[in-house]
Amino acid sequence: MAASSDRIPPPLLPAKEEPGAATPDMADGDSDEGEDIFVNNSVPVAVSRGVSHPDNVNEQTPDLFGEEEAGSTTAISNGVHSDDDNDLFAEAHVELNTPGGSAPKEPSSSSGLRPASSFTTSPAALQPTSLEQMEEDEAEDSFDVDVAVTNPEKVGDGMGAYVAYKVSTRTSLAMFRNKTFSVRRRFSDFLGLYEKLSIKQSLHGFIIPPPPEKSVVGMTKVKVGMDDPSSVEFVERRRGALERQGSTRFIQYLQRVVSHPSLLQDPDVREFLEREELPRAVSTQALSGAGFLKMINKASDAVNKMTIKMNESDTWFEDKFQEMENEEQQLRKLQAVVDSLVYHRKELCGSTAVFAKSMAMLGNSEDNTALSRALSQLAEVEDKMEQLHQEQAASDFFIFAELLADYIRLMGAMRGCFDQRVRAWQRWQESQSTLQKKRESEAKLLWANKPDKLQQAKEEITEWESRVTQYERDFDRIGMTVRKEVLRSFTFSFL
Amino acid sequence: MMEEVNEVTSTLSVDIQSIKVTEVVKDGHTLTFLIESEKLSGTGVYHVDRTYDDFEWLQQHLFSQEEVSGIQGVIFPPLPVKAQVNASAKVIKQLGILGLGEWQAYCKAMETFVRQIAAHSILGKNNAVEIFLTSSDPPGRHRVRKNIFNRLSQAMEGMRKEGHKDVDEFFQTERDHNLVFTGCAKTAAERFLDVVQTEQKIAVACGNFSTALRLCVEQGEDPDELDFSKVCVKLSEVFESIQKNVTSVAENNVSTLGLGLDLESRYQEAEKEMLYRRTCKLVELETTRRNAEKAKPVKKAAMEEVKKAAETEFDHISGVAKEEIARLQAARVKMLQQALVQWCEKQLLTAKESADQFNQHLQAFRGMA
Repeated sequence: MAASSDRIPPPLLPAKEEPGAATPDMADGDSDEGEDIFVNNSVPVAVSRGVSHPDNVNEQTPDLFGEEEAGSTTAISNGVHSDDDNDLFAEAHVELNTPGGSAPKEPSSSSGLRPASSFTTSPAALQPTSLEQMEEDEAEDSFDVDVAVTNPEKVGDGMGAYVAYKVSTRTSLAMFRNKTFSVRRRFSDFLGLYEKLSIKQSLHGFIIPPPPEKSVVGMTKVKVGMDDPSSVEFVERRRGALERQGSTRFIQYLQRVVSHPSLLQDPDVREFLEREELPRAVSTQALSGAGFLKMINKASDAVNKMTIKMNESDTWFEDKFQEMENEEQQLRKLQAVVDSLVYHRKELCGSTAVFAKSMAMLGNSEDNTALSRALSQLAEVEDKMEQLHQEQAASDFFIFAELLADYIRLMGAMRGCFDQRVRAWQRWQESQSTLQKKRESEAKLLWANKPDKLQQAKEEITEWESRVTQYERDFDRIGMTVRKEVLRSFTFSFL
Repeated sequence: MMEEVNEVTSTLSVDIQSIKVTEVVKDGHTLTFLIESEKLSGTGVYHVDRTYDDFEWLQQHLFSQEEVSGIQGVIFPPLPVKAQVNASAKVIKQLGILGLGEWQAYCKAMETFVRQIAAHSILGKNNAVEIFLTSSDPPGRHRVRKNIFNRLSQAMEGMRKEGHKDVDEFFQTERDHNLVFTGCAKTAAERFLDVVQTEQKIAVACGNFSTALRLCVEQGEDPDELDFSKVCVKLSEVFESIQKNVTSVAENNVSTLGLGLDLESRYQEAEKEMLYRRTCKLVELETTRRNAEKAKPVKKAAMEEVKKAAETEFDHISGVAKEEIARLQAARVKMLQQALVQWCEKQLLTAKESADQFNQHLQAFRGMA
């Protein structure tokens, strides 16, 4: 997987992004400044950042972990800031497949789960000619577009504050203005990109990569000692460390987008990567978190409720769909179990911390000096253990829980792709029935002898005939694309 | 045949250190404990089975030794709350760490109880102890006369004596300290129980994950499928190891520090009870003094007698109490030290074993790449 788990992300400034406020995007003072972030052995370079506009902010953010941050400063105004992560692209490299099939790379991440590989059916199982043809059609000279997401920075204060990320691109493609460039983007921009893509690309049969999830899923407040007010604050303290991982998800999302040859051509994608200021994406709140899956499921339901049921002439789709559903079920089961594990691990952090406190108190009230010292030391050891438990919980969360959640979202995206095909079929069917109706009304007009209306009717029939042909072609084309997409999706460039 | 419990003093015929609760047997709702002890004469081992009622019988006997002077100053080894098969939630909560699992910790606590009594300089001499440990006939079926240590009945006397100021600085300090310490010890024991229970939940979750992964194994011939299956199987093994590790950690916690904290907490309560009894006696003493002062000449002599008796008894109690407190202080420090040392040793051993295991798994995964 391109988003490796042993990459050390830069420290993240914690801030809650404020949904719906009308603050415009930050001016990005960050384009090509010659910062050398692509070379392996470069030393950290001081980079000046744009200055925030505090007057845009109107409300108060509860600052959840103000005391947490070392590293990146909240000093947005002074602008001196060094890049912790020198070679952003060390593990970000994406290579598109050359013709002839997928070349699975060894994933550099330590996560062993690759359920997707269970899907890879050898091309020979399908109609050989059309598939090979497809792959040849796709043949381009291999090119690269590398994307990195770094330097999350809190912008603004109070309720209007949000986190802006630096999105850096390195490419040899002619369609971009420069070879290397970067922009600042916020979370809603990512959602906005997804929204645009899913609307515009909805009838091609592409798997639109699911948008990244912002909320640190699973970091719900765990109930520990009810009488211990500090236990709640304690759980929150650790969120900062986990927020760092947010960048990883964004990178993954962008790399999936740019590694899709057709999506890469979409001007919105180019704009996202290149354009200095993006108009603020609104009403994307519904998409974040579990919203994406809800949306997909709603769309699927709508498709299923259509009165004309699809007669599947090609069992490949049915079989594949069934396979996907089974896989999704399995993933959900795993997810449930992993979520439970992560939850209890976090519980353990809390109870360890509380226990440590009680031992400290016991040590304090102990008369015997040696025993008192021993108990106090035990309290300290338990505090350290609590940190270890935190790391373990976070590790389990990011290696397993997030991975599974991501796969499940991918499955959702794939289902969306299949739904596109069904909708194309329905559109075709509807056009056929409309054509039929037009013919019937033409017949009626012939009989009723109304020559002027007849002319119109003939024109309409011609129009609809061509539509029927068009939609049938669309449907076939989508079918092929979906097939291609499904195969492509189980190469590592996708994952 | 039930031996008469007449004699107050007797020497125990078994080796105290050899007393073991070897097993607990479930018999319907009752738990029966099998107790073993070696004869001092070296000629063999006593095996007896005892239910909770028998333990209570023993305790009641010891409570009711009114003839032993200063008996109220004794810190009685605490008997754990009664355990039952399918105990109610309330009982489980009262039992704390002793209620976990299949009563292993509980047995250990019962064993400690018997040993503490047998080793006690005053209590160990009571014949009831000998009978409890050696008689084949369970003693608990026979009722004991009501004892004077029922705290509930004392509390029902109305006056709140717990806060009554002491005449002796040593005891006042001890009472104050005990009050604080009892709370701390109880809290520590409860918090530790929370940790252990959470560890158990993690173990279960790991087991579930391990099982779920095994179910992901596919039977196909596709090389990628086979790879995937291999990964799932290996990961499943890893989580099984994790489960074993967490389970061991939890067990170590219970059998060493858990028991230690639990015992500490219950002993502090026992000391509290003793101090309370003494305080009640103090109140009684002050009452008799007042009565003697105020008494009319006719009654004066009698009141003086009563006062003198109360003073003597109070002195005895205080004397015994001081010894008991000193004894307890030394014993509990030693006990906790042992518990902490054992805890560290066991956890270190478990950690080393697990580290080895995990290393092997890591190597195996690397080999698969």
